[in-house]
Amino acid sequence: MACINPDGTLSVVARDLLLLLETPQTAEASARALDLPLFRIRATVRELSRAGLIDRTAETLSRTDLGSEALILDAESER
Amino acid sequence: MTDVLPPPVAPLPRLGEPAPGFEADTTQGRLALEDFRGSWVVLFSHPADFTPVCTTEFVALAEVAPSLREKGVELLGLSIDSIYAHLAWMETIETSFGVEIPFPVIADHDRAVAKAYGMVMPGDSTTETSRCVFFIDPDGIVRAMIYYPLTTGRNIDEIVRVIEALQTTDARQVATPANWRPGDKVILPAPRTVEDANARLAQHPDARHWWFCETDG
Repeated sequence: MACINPDGTLSVVARDLLLLLETPQTAEASARALDLPLFRIRATVRELSRAGLIDRTAETLSRTDLGSEALILDAESER
Repeated sequence: MTDVLPPPVAPLPRLGEPAPGFEADTTQGRLALEDFRGSWVVLFSHPADFTPVCTTEFVALAEVAPSLREKGVELLGLSIDSIYAHLAWMETIETSFGVEIPFPVIADHDRAVAKAYGMVMPGDSTTETSRCVFFIDPDGIVRAMIYYPLTTGRNIDEIVRVIEALQTTDARQVATPANWRPGDKVILPAPRTVEDANARLAQHPDARHWWFCETDG
């Protein structure tokens, strides 16, 4: 899964998106906030959704509890 | 005597039909064609990384990528090389040519995308993808295709021109003549009835014929 590296850490874009989604928002707003093309956000959303790290409700994206845990684990692995 | 049938030939995409869907590993993560909905996509294949003609094409495409994005167009490259080869080649292009490659490149190991799009031309090469270009519109429809052999680098100006022509056609329901460039005159669709032909001449007295009527682009 491209949003999770072979060593179990989050990809840069996945981490940035999860951090951003502390406040739920749309894919379009996320693309603008992260200065990334929309296709990259959509691809990352698809993978993070499959992994259960974010939720999609209508047009709004939000981070799940598992997504928050993944960020904590990712930060710990950086130390 | 038993007839020996030739191997089946994979169908090629057709103009005006949905582009084959895919999900593939790229230098910008795993991407699906669906991720590009709402944007034009120029999907192009090259024979191999670390080859000179392909390098000149990538440099030229990188130069037009920002202006294409402003027009709502995303570039998406493809070859059968690995992600690591792609990344190393792009790094070499940046260090040797001073050009950063801003678009994703598919690593099509199993040629799944290449097969779906007919990018491998056995008469040109049985292993490498030829220089194919597919213009896919925001609704996912194949609108134009260009195929070049391995030996001929693509004309990047033509790729940009085709996009501009297609977008002009969609915006104004007109056709674009030979060698058209933005700002040039465009062609009105020919009328299909006697009444409409007469009306066309009345509306455009300078038209060469009822069936050949140019207007400002």
